[in-house]
Amino acid sequence: MVRVVLEFSGGVELLFGNQKTVEADIPQNGGQLTVAEAMAWARDNLLTERPELFMKGSSVRPGVLVLVNDTDWELCGELEAAVTDGDRLTFISTLHGG
Amino acid sequence: MSGEKELGQLREQNARLQAEVERLKAAVAGPGQQGAQAAAANGAAAPDGAAGSFPAWDGLRHGLSKDQIARYSRQIVLHSFGVQAQARLCRGSVLIVGAGGLGSPAALYLAAAGVGRIGVVDKDSVELSNIHRQIIHRRAPHPPGGLLALGPVGVHKAVSAAEACRALNSSIQVETHLEGLTPANAVHLVRQYDVVVDASDNAPTRYLIRRATLHRVHAVVLCWLHCMRLDACCAVGRPLVSGAAIGTDGQLTVYCHGHDGPCYRCLFPEAPAAGNCARCVDAGVLGVVPGGRAAGVQALEAVKLLSGVGDPLSRRLLVVDCAAGRFHSVKLRAKSANCVACSTHPSITAASVAAYDYAAFTGQAATNDAAPAPLQLIAAEERITPAELQQRLASEPGCVLLDVRPAEQYNVCHLPGAQAALLWPHSGAPSMPPSGGQGGGGGTAGASRPPAHPPLYVVCRRGNDSQRAVARLRELGMAHAVDVVGGMEAWAHEVDPGFPTY
Repeated sequence: MVRVVLEFSGGVELLFGNQKTVEADIPQNGGQLTVAEAMAWARDNLLTERPELFMKGSSVRPGVLVLVNDTDWELCGELEAAVTDGDRLTFISTLHGG
Repeated sequence: MSGEKELGQLREQNARLQAEVERLKAAVAGPGQQGAQAAAANGAAAPDGAAGSFPAWDGLRHGLSKDQIARYSRQIVLHSFGVQAQARLCRGSVLIVGAGGLGSPAALYLAAAGVGRIGVVDKDSVELSNIHRQIIHRRAPHPPGGLLALGPVGVHKAVSAAEACRALNSSIQVETHLEGLTPANAVHLVRQYDVVVDASDNAPTRYLIRRATLHRVHAVVLCWLHCMRLDACCAVGRPLVSGAAIGTDGQLTVYCHGHDGPCYRCLFPEAPAAGNCARCVDAGVLGVVPGGRAAGVQALEAVKLLSGVGDPLSRRLLVVDCAAGRFHSVKLRAKSANCVACSTHPSITAASVAAYDYAAFTGQAATNDAAPAPLQLIAAEERITPAELQQRLASEPGCVLLDVRPAEQYNVCHLPGAQAALLWPHSGAPSMPPSGGQGGGGGTAGASRPPAHPPLYVVCRRGNDSQRAVARLRELGMAHAVDVVGGMEAWAHEVDPGFPTY
């Protein structure tokens, strides 16, 4: 199990029962937990509605930024980025307007 | 190749600028060079041997007038800002795209701070529901004593915003662009300013702006078609100060800045699907969030870009959670080498922005804070008008009226006896509240309801969601479900003018 803090904002929290922060123990399948696995786990265990607004195929849907410890996942390996105990995984839907 | 041509143009530009620098250096050094440094330091000390009267105030070399120095003195005396930064601000220009919740406070701050030229782009007129956050619109009603509560309602937003900026600071130049930002005019408009501030309300505009920003240090504030703005910014080399606020959340960043700042397409090569972007008109927005939180930061970033002071919010996203009282910034990727808009070989250029189909790319038309178009999703015989509903509610005492709007809207106003169906957010089948739940309030749908298939009418805000609900109810076997065309807004227009709209 890996203890991960999952954060949802910019509207993504609405898909997760309006929770902005969830501490979760995510099981590993063998080796290191990856962002892809943590994301799939969140979809299967925490998502309450409209999975198509969270994921597209095996990745996140366009318009949602994924951050590992406040850093764009593109800088850490995207889907294959490692997630370890105490890491924060953030999903932010980009906003438009005002 | 266009790349070589561009390189050539940049070299020419560089040579011109260097010549200008040399000319200015010579001017500063003054005749004979001696004593020039002392003169520059004191501003008024005459070189040794100068005879005659003590020279008058010459404005130094920053170009600020006595009035300007007095007006901007508090930021001029700021150690980290100073007179040269203020002078750059006074020579700078900003295009504010959208005079709404973000653009209007940003425009006021930038006018007050002394940005020399401000362009305001919008195409809408002020509505009553805008004013709680779009605080720039405050023109007195005319005729005096008329519709006092309405104030600036109906005035063009760009005109109203420009008037307020001029009233605040008559020493600056304020320009209006009343047609809004379109693919046809985006590059042309963005090119005229140093920085673009994006305060637009929808995704297609966002991409357009970005194309225009890449080639010069200018700031543009945009409020309408975000992607178009971005593309426009990328194409002509202007940094784009992007801000958004919905509900109690805000997000801010600077795109297309410096050598590695990404554009929106670097982050999202594929546009968010239509329907994934919440808008204030649907999702709501707490009035102080866009202005108090997001627009202030946008104005600040524009000031930083123009003055050259501080580290711009490039490659970072500032996330503001006003409900939790939390600001934090996260690190973003550098620009993509393969980006279609801002890489060294872009396929979207200044010349192609005008022809780009942004509505197709983002799957949505560019609409502002406006209502969605009425749809016809189900057969006409499955729908009745509000006037018909009124007759049937009177003549069918056992009928059920199902209101499928979100709870927040249902709590604002609903017809007597209407049952709330917790359909929001569109989670599939409507789920009925337990009896005695939110749908209470007595009325016709009480405990004495006949057991078998009482007439069932479905309403929503405007008549689109209610059609989806009727379709779903019919799938579930409730073939007697009937939609009300135009929803509660049509009810207010056609049946009961006293019924609130929002």
